[in-house]
Amino acid sequence: MRMRRLLPLFLLPGLLTAVQANPYETTLKNGLRLIVKEDRRAPTAAQMVWYRIGSMDEVDGASGVAHVLEHMMFKGTPSVGPGEFNKRVSAAGGRDNAFTSRDYTAYFQQVPKEKLPEMMQLEADRMRHLNVDPKEFAQEIKVVMEERRMRTDDNPQAKLFEQMNAVAFQAHPYRRPIIGWMNDLENMTAADARAWYDTWYVPNNAYVVITGDVDHKEVFALAEKYYGGLEGRALPARKPQTEPAQDGTRRVNVKAPAELPVLIMAYKAPVLRDADKDSDPYALEMLAAILDGHDAARFNKKLVREDKVALSVGIGYDSTARGPGMIYLHGSPSEGRTVADLEAALRAEITRIQQDGVSEQELKRAKAQLVAGQVYKLDSMFGQAMEIGQTESAGIPYQKIDRMLEKLQQVSAAEVQAVAKKYFKDDTLTIGVLEPQPLDGKPRRAAVATRH
Amino acid sequence: MKKLLTAIIALLATQSALAGVKIEHWLSPTGARVYFVESRVLPILDVQVDFAAGSMFDPPGKSGTAALTRSVLGLGAGKLDETAIAEQMADIGATLGGGADTDRASVALRTLAAADKRDAALGVLQTVVQAPRFEAAIFEREKARTVAGLKEAMTRPDSIAGKAFWAAMYPEHPYGRTATPESVAALSREDLVAHHSRYYTAANASITLVGDISRAEAERFAEAIAAGLSRGAPATLPPAPRVVPGKAVRVEHPASQAHIHIGMPAIERGNPDFFPLIVGNYTLGGGGFVSRLMKEVRDKRGYAYSVSSYFNPLRQAGPFQIGLQTKRAQAKDAIALSRDVLDGFLKDGPSAEELAAAKANLTGSFPLRLDSNKKILDNVAMIGFYGLPLDYLDNYQQKVQAVTVDDVKRAFSSYVRPADLMTVTVAAD
Repeated sequence: MRMRRLLPLFLLPGLLTAVQANPYETTLKNGLRLIVKEDRRAPTAAQMVWYRIGSMDEVDGASGVAHVLEHMMFKGTPSVGPGEFNKRVSAAGGRDNAFTSRDYTAYFQQVPKEKLPEMMQLEADRMRHLNVDPKEFAQEIKVVMEERRMRTDDNPQAKLFEQMNAVAFQAHPYRRPIIGWMNDLENMTAADARAWYDTWYVPNNAYVVITGDVDHKEVFALAEKYYGGLEGRALPARKPQTEPAQDGTRRVNVKAPAELPVLIMAYKAPVLRDADKDSDPYALEMLAAILDGHDAARFNKKLVREDKVALSVGIGYDSTARGPGMIYLHGSPSEGRTVADLEAALRAEITRIQQDGVSEQELKRAKAQLVAGQVYKLDSMFGQAMEIGQTESAGIPYQKIDRMLEKLQQVSAAEVQAVAKKYFKDDTLTIGVLEPQPLDGKPRRAAVATRH
Repeated sequence: MKKLLTAIIALLATQSALAGVKIEHWLSPTGARVYFVESRVLPILDVQVDFAAGSMFDPPGKSGTAALTRSVLGLGAGKLDETAIAEQMADIGATLGGGADTDRASVALRTLAAADKRDAALGVLQTVVQAPRFEAAIFEREKARTVAGLKEAMTRPDSIAGKAFWAAMYPEHPYGRTATPESVAALSREDLVAHHSRYYTAANASITLVGDISRAEAERFAEAIAAGLSRGAPATLPPAPRVVPGKAVRVEHPASQAHIHIGMPAIERGNPDFFPLIVGNYTLGGGGFVSRLMKEVRDKRGYAYSVSSYFNPLRQAGPFQIGLQTKRAQAKDAIALSRDVLDGFLKDGPSAEELAAAKANLTGSFPLRLDSNKKILDNVAMIGFYGLPLDYLDNYQQKVQAVTVDDVKRAFSSYVRPADLMTVTVAAD
C-alpha cells in the first residue's frame, strides 16, 4: 500500500472553515488518547480502537498470538457473553471487525451516530475485562488455522511473500508472518493469549480514533465516562531488535501448485521517523508513483505494453512503519519469457532512472494524482479514521499528515534519481521466485531463473 | 502487498444511499436512461455508464467476449492511443474504472469537479465508450494476458470451484458458461467490434452521475456521452434459466482446504420476494458473525474461517449460495452440518427474536449504505441498470419491517429447494 494523505488546507479552500480545528484530541488520566475528527456529511460514526501491539512484539514460539488474541476479543467479558459483542453491534445497525498488522492491532465499528456511546462502552469493557476461556480458545484456534490455510498455505503468492520476508529479515521480528507459523498455532494455549492480553491491553498502550457526525466535546465526555475508570499500567520494555546490515543478495525459491511464475525483488529501504527532517521516504514514494502510479507509468508501459516481457508488474512501498522498510518490485513473466528475463527488465528500468533520472512531466503527473487522491479520500469517513490511526501507529503524530503531503509535493526530480541510486543495490536485495508446480503430475513450463 | 490481515476490504466495499437520496431520472434525447444525484459537499464528480453487455451476451462458443471487449475498450479510442488516455487521466488526477460481470459492462469515471479537469475527463470517457479502436496488436496482447490469467485461475481451488458451480447450476443458460483459455484464444478482433456495436448503444445504456454538478450540467454531460453512441436497441435476453435437479460435483485438487459451494438458481433483480429472502438470509448466513451458519460452522466447531449464504439477484434468476472453506479431511462433516442448518431454517424459519434482530440491523444500518458519494453511485447505478423503482431506497426500510416469519418461510420454500441444490467441492478428501 502506498501513502495517500489528506489534502492540505490550502488546496481545498471550500472546506477550510469546516476542517480548521479538526481533528480534536485529548488524553485521559489513564493515558488513553482520543482523536476525534468531525465530519457531518452523513448521520454515521466510526470508532477505531488502536493498540500499539502487533506481530512484531511477539517472541519465537508464539508467532501469531497478537492475531489470535484479536479473535479472542470477541469471545466475551463478565458482562458481555461470548458472541454478544457482535450481536450488540449488529442490533445497533452497525458493522464491526478487527485487524492485526505487524505494528498494531485495531478494532472498529461503523454505526448510526446515535449508537456511538454504546460502542464506546463495549470497547471500554473489553479493553480490561476480557475472559480468555479455554473452551472458546480451543474452537477459535482451529478457526485461525483455517484462516492460515486459506490466506497463505493455499495461496502461492502469499506463501512466496512469507518466505521472502523470512529470508530478508534475520534478527528483526518482521521475519515472522503476522498470522503465525502453523506449528506455533498448533502449540498455542489459552494461557499464551491470556498473557498477551494482560501485558499489552491497557489504556496507556491504546488510542481511540472517532470520525463522523459527532461533537468532539460530547465524545470526550463519553470517553471519560466509559474509558476513564480503566487503570493504566507500566508496559514492559521493548527491545529494538535492529536488523543488521545486509551484505549480499539473498534468494529464495518457493514451489507451489500454480501456472504462472512470480518474481519479487525486495530492497531494504528507509521509512519515516521524523516527518519534518527525513526526505528519502518521500522521494521513494514519488519514485514508486512514477514507476507504477497509473496505466502508462513506466513499468506497465514498457514491460507489459511495449516489450511484453511481463503479464503484470508492480511496486510496493510503505513509507510509515514501526520496523524497517522495504521497497518491492514484483511481477509475472509473459508466456515464453522467464523470470530471469523479467528480473533483467526490472533492473534495466531501475538503471534507467539511476542514470537518466525522471522527467519534470512525470513528477508533475504523480503529484497531480496525489492531490486528487487527497480529495477522493474525503469521500470515506472510515478511510480518514484509518489514515489517522495508521500514521499514529508508526509513531508519526497525525498532526503531521498535512506536512507529509507538503513534503511529497516538494520532492524534486534530482531527489528521485538520488534515492534510486542509493537504495536499489544488490547487497540489500532479496529475490523471491515462485516456481509453479503441476496439480496433476503433468509438466509445466520452466519458471526458474537460470542464473543464481 | 497486503498489510491488513482481516476482511476490511469487504466492509469498505458495501453499498450506499443516504436517507433521502434524491434521484433525478430522465431519458436523454438519444434514448439513454440517465440517473442523477446532486451532491455538493465534496468537489468530486462520479459518472458511471452501464451497458447490458455482460458475459450473458457472449455468443455460444465465444465465452470471454464481453470481458475482453471491456478490457480493450480503454486502450486506444478516437485520436488517443492507450498511453495518451492513461496520461491525460493521470495529469488531471482522474481515474477510469469499471469492468464486466455476467450482466453489465461498466465504465466508471471519478474526477475532480473543477470545470477544466472535469471537462477533460468527460472528453476521454466519451471517446472511450463511443470510439474504441480495438487495435489489432493491443487486442492480441490483451488476449494473451487474459489466456495466461485464466490458466492461472484454473490452478486455484476457489476459481475452479466457482466455475464448476455456475456450470452445474446453469447447464443450458449463458450464466453457466465462463471463459476458458481455449474460448478466449479463439476470439478475433471482429468478435469484439461486433459485441461493441451491438451492445454499447444508447438504448442499451444507463448513465449515472453523482456529485458536484447541476441538473443542467448533468443533462449536457449525459447527452454528450449518449449522442456519440448508435441508438441501437435494448439487448434481447436469452430464455430464463431452467432449474435442474441437484447433484454433487467433485473436483480433485492438492490444496489443504476444500472449497465448497452449495446452491441453485433463485431470483432475478426486482423479484417481489427479494425482501423476505434477504431478511431471512440475514439469520441463515448473511448476518456475518451473528448468522446461524457462522455460529454452528465457525464458532461451535471451528470448521471454517468464513462461511456465509447469500442471494445474488441478477438480470435473470441469479443464485442462492452457501460458501465455505475447510480442512479437506472435514469437508464431508462441514457440508452435512451446513445442510442441517439450512434444513432447520427451511423448516421453521427465523425465530421471532432472530427476525427482530435481522430487521434491526438491516434498517438500522441503512445510513451506512449511503454515507459516501461512491456508495450512492453504486446504489443508484444498480437501480438504474436493473430498472428498479426510483423510490427503492426510500421504501427499503419499510419493506424490511413488513416481512413476517411466514413470508420468509414461504419465500425460502419457493426458491431454495433441497432436492435442487448443487454441491460443488474442490480438494475434498
